[in-house]
Amino acid sequence: MTTTPGDTQNHDPNPSAAPPGLPIPVSDLEVKYTKIFINNEWHDSSCGRKIPVYNPATGEKICEVEEGDEEDVDKAVKAAKEAFQLGSVWRRMDASDRGRLLNKLADLVERDQLILATMETIDSGKLFLIAYFVDLMAAIKTLRYYGGWSDKIQGRTIPVDGEYFTFTRHEPVGVCGQIIPWNFPLLMFIWKIAPALCCGNTVVIKPAEQTPLTALHMAALMKEAGFPPGVVNVVPGYGSTAGAAIASHMYIDKVAFTGSTEVGKLIKEAAGKSNLKRVTLELGGKNPNIIFADADLDHAVEQAHHGLFFNQGQCCLAGSRIFVEETIYDEFVRKSVERAKRRVLGNPFIPGVDQGPQIDKKQFDKILELIESGRKEGAKLECGGSPWGDKGLFIQPTVFSDVTDEMRIAKEEIFGPVQQIMKFKTLDEVIKRANSTHYGLVAGVFTQNINKALTIASSLQAGTVWVNCYNAMSSQCPFGGFKMSGNGREI
Amino acid sequence: MRNLLQVRMLRSVLASKFPPISRLSLRVPASQYSATASAIPAPNTQPEIHFNKIFINNEWHDAVSKKTFPTVNPSTAEVICQVAEGDKADVDKAVNAAKQAFRLGSPWRRMDASHRGLLLNRLADLIERDSAYLAALETLDNGKPYALSYSVDLSVVVKCLRYYAGWADKNHGKTIPIDGDYFCYTRHEPVGVCGQIIPWNFPLFMQASKLGPALATGNTVVMKVAEQTPLTALYVASLIKEAGFPEGVVNIVPGYGRTAGAAISSHMDIDKVAFTGSTEVGQLIQQAASRNLKKVTLELGGKSPNIILSDANLEDAVEQAHSAVFFNQGQVCCAGSRTYVQEDIYNEFVERSVERAKKRVVGDPFSLQTEQGPQVDEAQFKKVLGYISAGKRDGAKLMCGGGVAADRGYFIQPTIFGEVKDNMTIAREEIFGPVMQILKFKTLEEVIERGNDTQYGLAAAVFTRDIDKAHYISAALRAGTVWVNCYNVCGVQAPFGGYKASGNGREFGEYGLEAYTEVKTVTIKVPAKPTGS
Repeated sequence: MTTTPGDTQNHDPNPSAAPPGLPIPVSDLEVKYTKIFINNEWHDSSCGRKIPVYNPATGEKICEVEEGDEEDVDKAVKAAKEAFQLGSVWRRMDASDRGRLLNKLADLVERDQLILATMETIDSGKLFLIAYFVDLMAAIKTLRYYGGWSDKIQGRTIPVDGEYFTFTRHEPVGVCGQIIPWNFPLLMFIWKIAPALCCGNTVVIKPAEQTPLTALHMAALMKEAGFPPGVVNVVPGYGSTAGAAIASHMYIDKVAFTGSTEVGKLIKEAAGKSNLKRVTLELGGKNPNIIFADADLDHAVEQAHHGLFFNQGQCCLAGSRIFVEETIYDEFVRKSVERAKRRVLGNPFIPGVDQGPQIDKKQFDKILELIESGRKEGAKLECGGSPWGDKGLFIQPTVFSDVTDEMRIAKEEIFGPVQQIMKFKTLDEVIKRANSTHYGLVAGVFTQNINKALTIASSLQAGTVWVNCYNAMSSQCPFGGFKMSGNGREI
Repeated sequence: MRNLLQVRMLRSVLASKFPPISRLSLRVPASQYSATASAIPAPNTQPEIHFNKIFINNEWHDAVSKKTFPTVNPSTAEVICQVAEGDKADVDKAVNAAKQAFRLGSPWRRMDASHRGLLLNRLADLIERDSAYLAALETLDNGKPYALSYSVDLSVVVKCLRYYAGWADKNHGKTIPIDGDYFCYTRHEPVGVCGQIIPWNFPLFMQASKLGPALATGNTVVMKVAEQTPLTALYVASLIKEAGFPEGVVNIVPGYGRTAGAAISSHMDIDKVAFTGSTEVGQLIQQAASRNLKKVTLELGGKSPNIILSDANLEDAVEQAHSAVFFNQGQVCCAGSRTYVQEDIYNEFVERSVERAKKRVVGDPFSLQTEQGPQVDEAQFKKVLGYISAGKRDGAKLMCGGGVAADRGYFIQPTIFGEVKDNMTIAREEIFGPVMQILKFKTLEEVIERGNDTQYGLAAAVFTRDIDKAHYISAALRAGTVWVNCYNVCGVQAPFGGYKASGNGREFGEYGLEAYTEVKTVTIKVPAKPTGS
C-alpha cells in the first residue's frame, strides 16, 4: 500500500498490508518514561513546567515530558560529580567491567529494538524501517564497539632523561555535559554516551526538546543494565535554558554538542567564559558531492539522491552541493529529477514510503523560505518546491539546477529535501569551489579514475571524503568537521 | 541484594581457603556491579563426555588410522574414555580445511571485522552458559580443584575471549607520509593458517588465549590439544560451531606431540605456529618451523625468582610465595620456584612457610575444601618425585612433605626445601610440581645477579615496601613479567611472555595481536600530491 502525493494519509502505525518478514511497529506504544533522570531515579522538574512532544507526521501531541531547567541541571551535575568521586563504585570499577555494562546495554537495546524504533518514528517522523534497520542497528554496533575499547585505553611508559620513571595515564575527563539534536535522537544519544562511559566519565545529557522520548527510554535501560546511580543523568529541556546551563556550568569538565554552527559558537563562548571546559562540536555542513564524467552515472545519481534526501534532508552530512562535470550535466539533472519525482511521501510507518515529515514548524518554515530564495535568485526549479499533504509538516522533494555559488541555497545549510545541482569544468576549479565554504564536514567524489579520486580525497577540506559512495558510516571510523563544521572527532 | 550476599559469602570462602585468589585476575569487589560475582554451583562429579573425536570443518571425524588413545582421571588413575588419535594424515585434513576457510572471498575472509568480534563474544556467552559443566570436565581430566576451575579458569577464559572480541575491528594500519608523490598505507592482514599446540596445565585457558587473538585478527586455526587433557577443548569446539564460526575456521586435532604436534610444526602449508609447553619441545618446534620459515611464537618454561626483602609485609609475602609455588599443583610456567629470602627474615619466613604448607588441603578436587589436586599424569608424578629425591641427594634440607600424599591417583605432598643453593638441580631445573625452594641472600645486587643467573626469564617478583627498591629490582630483572607485592596476577589486557629460553613473543594485551598480523605496505602513485603529508 503506497501513498501518492495528494492522498490523505493513513497514520495508523499498523497498516495491515505490511509485507511478510519485515519488522512490525508496536501498536499502542506506551510512553513510560517522561521525567528527568538523575541518580537512576525519576524526578519532576524544579520549575514545574512541561514540554509538549509532537508527532510531526500528524501534528498531534504524543505526551508531555518534565522540563529541565538550570536547577535540574545543577542536581544532575551534583549526582554526576558524586559518581565520579575518587573511590566511587564507578571509579573503582575494572575497565573491562565498564565494557561489560556497555555490551549489556547493547543487549537491552536489541531486546527493545521494536519499541525504540516505533518511538523514534512517532517522535521524529523518520521512516520506521530506517529507524529499525539503520538507526537502531548503528546504535547497537556503536555500543558494542565502545564496549570493546574500554580496557584498551592505554597510556605509555616514556624514556625521559634523568633518573625518572615516567608514564602517562589516560584518565577520564570527569563530568561531561552532552547536548544532542533531534535528527537522529537515539543514535546521537549513543554516540555521545558510549565513548564517554567507555573511558570512565560520568554524564549529564540533554536531549533535544523536540525528541526526548528514546533518550528517556535509554535511561531506563541504563539502570536495568546496571550502571551505578549518577553515572548517566538525562535532563530534557530547551537549549536556551538547560543547554546554556550545561555550557556555562562551573562543575562540568567537558561539553559535547551536536547541532547548528550558530549554537556551536554560543557553546564555545560560554565554555570560555565559565571554566574553560573542554569543547567538542559536531556542527553543520554544506557538503560538496563531485560527479566526474567518467563516473558510473546511474550509481552516482542514486547515491547523490540518497545523499541529499536521506532522513528528510535533515542530515549534517547531506550532499547539498552537487557539482557535476559539464559534459554529463544535463543527463545527470534529468535523471535526478526523474528520481526525485518517484520519491513517495506519507505515513512513515508504511513500508514503501520514502520520506516522512520535517521535524517541526520552525524547520518547515525555514526550508520553504530558502526554496523561495532559490526561485528569487534565479535557480531553475526542476520539481517540487511546495508543501505536501493536508496534515503534518511534509515538503515535496525539490530539485534546483543551474545553481551558482553565491546563491543562498548554495551557501546556507537548508536541512531539508532540497537538492542543488551545479556545473563544473575542471578538477582544479571544482576543488576550489568545493573548499570555498566555512563548513568542512564531508564530501563525496564519483569517478572511476584512481588519480582523480586520490587527488580529491587529499585536496578537500572535509573530515570525511567518500569515493564512489555516500553516507557510508561505520562505528570504527572517526567522524567530524574541518573549519566551522566542528572541533574534534567522534566514533 | 541476593547478589551482594552471594558475593560476601564467596569472598569469605575464598579468603579463608584461597587467599591468593583474591589477588588473581578474578576480582570480587564488594559491589553488586561486578559482572563476574556468583556462587560456585555444586559440581557434577561424573560429567558426561559428549565429544571425543577430531573436529574439522565443523564436523566430527574419526582418526584416519582409526586409532584412539585413553585420557585418564589423575585423581583415580582410571581411564575416562578413548579419544580419536590424530596423526599427520588428520593434521593434513585439518590444514586443508583451514586453507579453504582462508581463501580469498571465503565467508570468513569477507566477514566484517566487527562480526568476528560478535562471534567471539557469542562463544564467550556459550562458555558462560556451560561453565559449570566445563569446570567439572576440566577437573575430571586435569585434576585441578573444581572451585578453582569454576571461579578462576572459566572466568579468565570468558574474559580473554571478550577482550579479543573487542580488538577485532580495532587492528588499525597506518597512513604514512613517505617521500615522493605516493599515497602510502599499511594493511594489517591475518597471517593465514595458524598451528597452535597447547599444554595440559590450563587446558581451557590455553585454548582461549590462543584462539582469541588468532580469530580476532581473521586467521584460521589448526589446534592440537594435549593428549593428557583433550576433553574440554573438544566440547568448546561444539560451541564454536554453535556460535556460528564458518566451517574450517577452527579445527581441533587431539593427538601426541611427536606425531600430530611434529606434523604441525613442520607443515609446509601452515603459516605460523604457536606453542606453549616445555623449553625442550620449544626448541624442536623452532627447528621444525625452519622448513618453511613459518612464524614462531613460544611460551616455555621458567624458574622464576620470587624475592622477599626484609622490609616486606611478612605475612603477606609468605602467603603469596606459597601460592606462587603451589597454585595449580605447581604446574604453572611462571611458578615462583626460587624463593629468595633476605637473611634477616629467613628463619621466620621458612618457619611460617612450612606451617602454611602443612595446612594445605590435598585431596579430591571435587571437594570445595580442597586446595590441591593430583599431578596431571603418571609421567609428571614420577618426574616430580625424582626432583624431590635429587633435592635430598644434593643436600637441601627437607622441611616438610617430600612424599606421596595418597595411595590412589597422582597426589604429592606439599614439599619445602630450605638451605637451597643455586647450583642444586632443584634450583636450576623446572620441577612443575608442589615443591618449594627457599634460598637465602644478603644484598640487592647479589640477589639480582642470582635471580638472572638462569637460562629462563619468564617471570619474577619482589616483595618490599620500599618504592625505590621495587623500581630498581623490576628494572634489573631479565623477566617478561615482574610482580611487585603480588604474584600470578595475569590480566588479559597485559602482555605475558619470556625473555631468553622462556620463549619468543608476547601473548595477551594489544601486543598479542602482533604475532597474528601480517603487515602489508601499499604504495600508490598519485599525480603531484597537493600537500606534503
